Amino acid sequence: MLAFLIKRSANAIFVMLSVSFIAFMIFRFVGDPVELMLNEQATQEQRDELRNRLGLDEPFIVQFGTFVSNAAQGDFGISFRNQQDVLGMIAERFPATFELVIVATLISLVAGIPMGVITAIRRQTWYAEAMQFTSIIGVSLPSFVVGIGLILIFSVWLGWMPAFGRGETVDIGWWSTGLLTHSGRMSIILPALSLSLFQITLVMRLVRAEMLEVLRSDFIKFARARGIPARAIHFRHALRNCLMPVVTMTAMQIGGLIAFALVTETVFQWPGMGLLFIQAVTFVDVPIMAAYLCIVALIFVLLNTLVDITYAMIDPRLRGAEK
Amino acid sequence: MISRLGPKAALVGGLIAATIGSGAVAETVRWGAPRDIVSLDPYSYGDSYTINFLNHIYEGLVRYNRDLEIEPALAESWEIVSPTTWRFRLREGVTFHNGNDFTAEDVLASLQRVSDPTSPLKGNLPAYKSAEVVDEFTIDIELTGPYPLLLNDLTNIHVFDKEWLVENNAEKPTDVSAGVEGFATFNTNGTGPFKLDSRTPEAQTILSVNEGWWDEPQHNLTRIEFQPVSSAATRVAALLSGEVDFVDSAPVQDLPRLQAAQNLKVLERTDLRTVMLGFNRRDELVAGGENPMNDLRVRQAMQLAVDMELIHDKVMRGKSRNAGTLVAPAIPGYSEELDEVVGVDVNRAKELLTEAGYPDGFEFDFVCTNESYVNEEQFCQAIASMWSRIGLKPRLDIGPTAKQTPKRANGQADVYTIGWATLPMLDTYSILIQMLHSKEGNAGVFNWGDWSYPEIDRLTQAAGVELDREKRLAMETEALKIARDEIVMMPLHQQPMAWAAAAEFEDFPQFPDNKPRLWYVTK
Repeated sequence: MLAFLIKRSANAIFVMLSVSFIAFMIFRFVGDPVELMLNEQATQEQRDELRNRLGLDEPFIVQFGTFVSNAAQGDFGISFRNQQDVLGMIAERFPATFELVIVATLISLVAGIPMGVITAIRRQTWYAEAMQFTSIIGVSLPSFVVGIGLILIFSVWLGWMPAFGRGETVDIGWWSTGLLTHSGRMSIILPALSLSLFQITLVMRLVRAEMLEVLRSDFIKFARARGIPARAIHFRHALRNCLMPVVTMTAMQIGGLIAFALVTETVFQWPGMGLLFIQAVTFVDVPIMAAYLCIVALIFVLLNTLVDITYAMIDPRLRGAEK
Repeated sequence: MISRLGPKAALVGGLIAATIGSGAVAETVRWGAPRDIVSLDPYSYGDSYTINFLNHIYEGLVRYNRDLEIEPALAESWEIVSPTTWRFRLREGVTFHNGNDFTAEDVLASLQRVSDPTSPLKGNLPAYKSAEVVDEFTIDIELTGPYPLLLNDLTNIHVFDKEWLVENNAEKPTDVSAGVEGFATFNTNGTGPFKLDSRTPEAQTILSVNEGWWDEPQHNLTRIEFQPVSSAATRVAALLSGEVDFVDSAPVQDLPRLQAAQNLKVLERTDLRTVMLGFNRRDELVAGGENPMNDLRVRQAMQLAVDMELIHDKVMRGKSRNAGTLVAPAIPGYSEELDEVVGVDVNRAKELLTEAGYPDGFEFDFVCTNESYVNEEQFCQAIASMWSRIGLKPRLDIGPTAKQTPKRANGQADVYTIGWATLPMLDTYSILIQMLHSKEGNAGVFNWGDWSYPEIDRLTQAAGVELDREKRLAMETEALKIARDEIVMMPLHQQPMAWAAAAEFEDFPQFPDNKPRLWYVTK
């Protein structure tokens, strides 16, 4: 087990290094931060001097090396634009993104699982067909269109929910939560819904496929033969056997949702990490972009490693099979 | 609510909020802004949007009035003692938000802070050399040479409280390369009409009225809630649903929708920013080969080929103002005579190209950005196709600003777009020294095409040390005339700008520099 853990950690470190290296390569093509940091009246001399102080005139490898050695010590520097500690800025925005993702995940499970079951057990009915059809819309509509559509209906026409922002928040230690206030709860509904739309479809389709599989298996036939009510068969026996892959996929998707929440965050002005990243890109704020990409990569790597370890603990065969 | 601010600031903010209470809701402005301010420190970043917002909290020695004319603010009067020394007599009885008195020491500390070698705002005060406190309410500012535009520059230099800076170890500006945060990034202490209640970055910044302001308020606001909403569609939705009651960047395509709403009013005008085209004037084109654009006839042909009326009507939806000269009418140095728009004449353009020896045109790189100016992508495409009509072969290259600027600045563009509002100086001198002057020393930073007109250089330098306003402006106008005759830059138009506010505002002055100054607003 120890050797396995060491191998996994070495892999994780390699992935992190590659991500930061690729990120650094990309930054060279995003543009020149100095042009944006100084105003129109700054002289050429001042521009060169600033570039020099920031170390932007160093060769690529030197810049990358400095970044890695600082990042390894948890120091991502301060933002070019806001002049604030980058890690602090990200930590401050993490709760907003995390709450949004968790609520979106819950919505996708609460809506997706029953819909998956219904479309599996009532295959020929019109409403199952309708659910199947609308779920295609869920995967094919881009999330900014969904977001704007929700805002138009629920904020502008009906006036039920705010169009943007996070509402009032309450601080619990360093964590700020919007779930404890009324305005905070109202604010999270639309962005979470728009973020979860794709997930709902995914969960629904996964549950449906698994259900169809399980319903064909022998133990379901025996259960039917014993005269157990259909309701209990579907929801107690069949559904339970479908949930393992759903749980795994949901856990893996959380990383993806955190990374892709940035479109939703931009549309709803949700003060999370994605919004921070988008703004950093516009202003070529290299320290923020680098730190964000590393942290998102870290979340992915951690989730994947956790899943792998759990699998290895459940299934001894995988321990030997690891390369 | 208050997260990034220290616990002390949070406490103060809470106290202020508690004492003002909620009885003042009626006179609140809820401002939906296209972007957040970058910092609470006015010297943190050369960003005019942030500096203007912070002008509600901090003030300079002088300020702009409703007509964008300079008037006394923290300085009551001033005189030029010698060509390089200005003496400012400061206003007495002014206090900072924390109760400290305003004196000449505060001005000195602020000038030292902004002119520090690591200050990103150093360029906003180019002629500053040193300052000396004469007495408690008098200060002398020493300049590097005779310089007529000191007052214009000082409108953007906000004054800090020295005691507060020293107490919090913030006498020096935050240096990004040192990697350490600064106290003034999260806290404020100014003399302005409003003071800070709380700030959550990207979410909300709340100001409340400063009851102890030295000036007679022209506004009746008690509270400003500044909320960035970066997505334009969401911003419009928030305005329509009444969640915000003022937006300072209303998208052109949504104006009819906003105008149709009963409870809103749209404020429209043209910006001070003149959008123009610049030409590569090096010996060779970017792709190699002799550069035809060094021939005046070619530049004339390129100007005659562009139908600005059509761009005005179709691309800009009739909202722009076509320009004949490089500065907007409100800028000192502007001359109506020079502003006559050069019309379109395709046949003459073809003749000129033939005369110059390019009857079949030539290929060149045309570099535009997709978001710097209003509808830029569309008008660049329109101009490119108009040039194709006379046989030219522009290779249109459109991308984000951060990507295109290095190309333009390093001579990797044959024709490029650029907009110039002469901000923060508000004077023709700004475009002369920064763009039209030859690239040498500190001048001509934006002379991206690398041209040189000795006569323009001479006039610019003379204007830069001429303290007599009339003489100076005459020289600036003359330089603009050369630029027009020689088509150094080809002016296109002043772009439209639009704000929208709830109908219940009585007075909401809109400024052509696109800066909301809410201390003139009544509700």
